Amino acid sequence: MTGSHPVLTMTGISKSFPGVRALDNVDFRLFPGEVHALMGENGAGKSTLIKVLTGVYGTDQGTVTLADEQVSFTGPMQATAAGVSTVFQEVNLCTNLSVAENIFIGREPRRLGAVRWGEMRRQARALLARLDLDIDVNAQLGSYSLAVQQMVAIARAIDIKARVLVLDEPTSSLDAGEVAQLFRVMRQLRDDGIAILFVTHFLDQVYEIADRITVLRNGQLVGEYLTGELPQLGLVEKMIGKELRVLERLDEQPRRAATDRATGTPLLDVHELGRRSAVAPFSLTIHEGEVVGLAGLLGSGRTEVARLLFGADRADHGDVRVQGSPASLRTPVAAIGHGIGFCSENRRAEGIIAELSVRENIILAMQAARGWLRPIPRRRQDELVERYVRALSIRPADPELPVGNLSGGNQQKVLLARWLITEPRLLILDEPTRGIDIGAKTEIQRLVAQLSDGGMAVLFVSAELEEVLRLSHKIAVLRDREMVAQLTNDQDVDADRIMQSIAAGAGHEGVPS
Amino acid sequence: MSNRTAGYRALTTHRLFWPIVVLVVLLAANTVYRPGFLSVQMRDGHLYGSLIDILRLSAPLILVALGMTLVIATGGIDLSVGSLCAISGAIACLHISEQPDQNSVGGVLTALALGLGVALVLGAWNGVLVAVIGIQPIIATLILMVAGRGLAQLITEGQILTINSDPYKAIGVGHLLTLPLAIFIALAAALVVAAFTRRTALGLIIESVGGNAQASRLAGIRSARITFLVYVISAACAAVAGFMMTANVSSADGNAAGLWVELDAILAVVIGGTSLAGGRFSLGGTILGALLIQTLTTTVYAMNISPQTSLLFKAVVVIAVCLIQAPGFRARFARRRPSAAAPAPVTEQPKEQVPA
Ligand SMILES: Nc1ncnc2c1ncn2[C@@H]1O[C@H](COP(=O)(O)OP(=O)(O)OP(=O)(O)O)[C@@H](O)[C@H]1O
Ligand SMILES: [Mg+2]
Repeated sequence: MTGSHPVLTMTGISKSFPGVRALDNVDFRLFPGEVHALMGENGAGKSTLIKVLTGVYGTDQGTVTLADEQVSFTGPMQATAAGVSTVFQEVNLCTNLSVAENIFIGREPRRLGAVRWGEMRRQARALLARLDLDIDVNAQLGSYSLAVQQMVAIARAIDIKARVLVLDEPTSSLDAGEVAQLFRVMRQLRDDGIAILFVTHFLDQVYEIADRITVLRNGQLVGEYLTGELPQLGLVEKMIGKELRVLERLDEQPRRAATDRATGTPLLDVHELGRRSAVAPFSLTIHEGEVVGLAGLLGSGRTEVARLLFGADRADHGDVRVQGSPASLRTPVAAIGHGIGFCSENRRAEGIIAELSVRENIILAMQAARGWLRPIPRRRQDELVERYVRALSIRPADPELPVGNLSGGNQQKVLLARWLITEPRLLILDEPTRGIDIGAKTEIQRLVAQLSDGGMAVLFVSAELEEVLRLSHKIAVLRDREMVAQLTNDQDVDADRIMQSIAAGAGHEGVPS
Repeated sequence: MSNRTAGYRALTTHRLFWPIVVLVVLLAANTVYRPGFLSVQMRDGHLYGSLIDILRLSAPLILVALGMTLVIATGGIDLSVGSLCAISGAIACLHISEQPDQNSVGGVLTALALGLGVALVLGAWNGVLVAVIGIQPIIATLILMVAGRGLAQLITEGQILTINSDPYKAIGVGHLLTLPLAIFIALAAALVVAAFTRRTALGLIIESVGGNAQASRLAGIRSARITFLVYVISAACAAVAGFMMTANVSSADGNAAGLWVELDAILAVVIGGTSLAGGRFSLGGTILGALLIQTLTTTVYAMNISPQTSLLFKAVVVIAVCLIQAPGFRARFARRRPSAAAPAPVTEQPKEQVPA
């Protein structure tokens, strides 16, 4: 693989946005038959480099050479035609079209100009089977979770006959199982000689699949390394530019002891709450200061549970008590009235308001709760925003930038800040660390622990079992849209035990696993 | 030097740069054609001149466009404003015509209140259709656009209702401090709407709903209420515009009053930089857009462009403005230029080639 000729070379790439130098004289190369990880903190310029490559943005400076030919694509369509197939960080498919249509949009199998729908569905099914995904290809894409949508985007990209496959954080909302399957496919493609550019914030994944690593920091190239020659700690140092014991801190952080926070009247007590075709009726209590984790595989109903508790979807079954008295959580407004906040996993569609500024996005929930007649005084806005921009290290630290101009991870932090300033009694976090770099991730985990120590209850949903285990006092396990177990997170509980109870849930139903 | 280029860049990429340029060009063209165009004279204590005329005539359009801006910012559209102008004007005129003394100020004020009241009810109707029942705004307001004309005709019984009321006439052609009263009314309305949206959090919330309705809902915004409210505001603005239009000619014509004003208003909003997709809005931009449209209309008349080609002329100018503002169109230009100049030394720092 080394010694051969790079299929893609980017030389001296610079790209500025008003006020930000996103890329500064960056070089990058990609060999056929390798998986090349592009690493860096949130806002380092990874996605920008990819967008320059695929022609989403023009360059200020620098050249892109694909297979010895200088290219300058006008957009992803042209890039795809030239053999560069891309999955962008923010999945941009059409949620109102079917899964099959999304996979083949723009290149539908045709005969005499007419679309061959049967053939299209057949091919779509086959493609998804390759990723081990068994879903109805006729269903609207929007009816599936973000993780499934991400898989569909990947399926679309790997189907295109490409020389270069670009994957910008494809695994950010996937479970271990899907990641393993994706890696199997990636290895296959690599062995076929395809060059793969892979972005992730999961170091384990990098060391599992990548042959080579390029590190960016603040828009500048730090260097290119062979994975085998760069230990994890070294990589982290290169990414953050200083020695920081982030990794140790992650590992050493003690498991949160199962303190008896589960005493007294629960803050939230739901009984047989459910919604047809979303999640079977379940009962759950959450106490003040308690972190309840939701574990389960892709499509097990984690997000659905979170949405029911916030009133984002309306339950058609069961009842709810908040601090002992009956309550209704039929709409987000009602839930917010009871002191509940909810950070959606789908930040682009359900989270940020891209053209509004960072400040406006952060104060939005608080302002909505006060009503439009009582605007938050500007001075107070600035104070609050500044505090959280600093606490979560949102970068660039300019509160007046449109949030859409921030990198993915920084947008996620803005969302988190939006709810933190409302000081909710129960904060529902659906994949709060999705797309967040390791430094900020530890920060957020610490923050969650700290807030719960301060009395805030947290419902923590994450595809990363480790994270759930580290933070939760109690873990509710979901399987096939049913809550199959609730475990107190003590010494005996570990990832294996949770996987077991997922499997046991299967046995319980009499389904061979 | 790079500083100056940056300043120039910031200027030309400003949202309102091109509308202003087009406005200036139009005014210049008028001046060339008719050298007295820019002159303003004092006569009988009033200022007269083409510029003043443009300001006065654009007042109703500004009013309608202000309301339209808020509706469009939520991602909606209000096609019924023209009909609302006709209805409110007709009601006011009808009430005045029934007065024994058409010049009584009290009678005129009741007439205005009646007209405004009916417009608010109709605006609420639009709001319910869109926000509560969930009908597409373009369809929901189309109902009133069509039915409203009929309603206005019913009120005037199919006739052109002429009145003779000095206080009412003043709304359209009266003067205050040497300037037409209509200018002050439009200005006051603009200030009220601006205060209403920017002094409260209404503007932010409207932009949020228009920018991402789903995310706004999850942030706890009651978007239905906001949507309802903007249609009511739009109707109120249209009502005042309707008074002005009918006061101008001292008569109510159910057919002609406010005809096609919805289209001019939508154009004004878009030229002012508010996206039809909703989100960020700019009241200042809208006012500029309305002035541009009115200048264009005046130019067409002043230059004696034949009625057959005048609409075409207007369309061409509007398309030109929209094109230069469109990000896609601009990007295409912006990208082409630097790439042509790429070999030239563009930057200060010499770039050293790092062989990878
Ligand atoms: N369209 C844009 N307009 C203005 N600034 C932008 C735009 N896109 C990106 N930026 C800025 O460029 C820098 C690099 O952003 P980029 O999205 O490439 O980061 P990233 O490395 O992909 O981060 P993440 O891990 O969070 O996805 C950031 O400072 C970001 O704010
Ligand atoms: Mg990115």
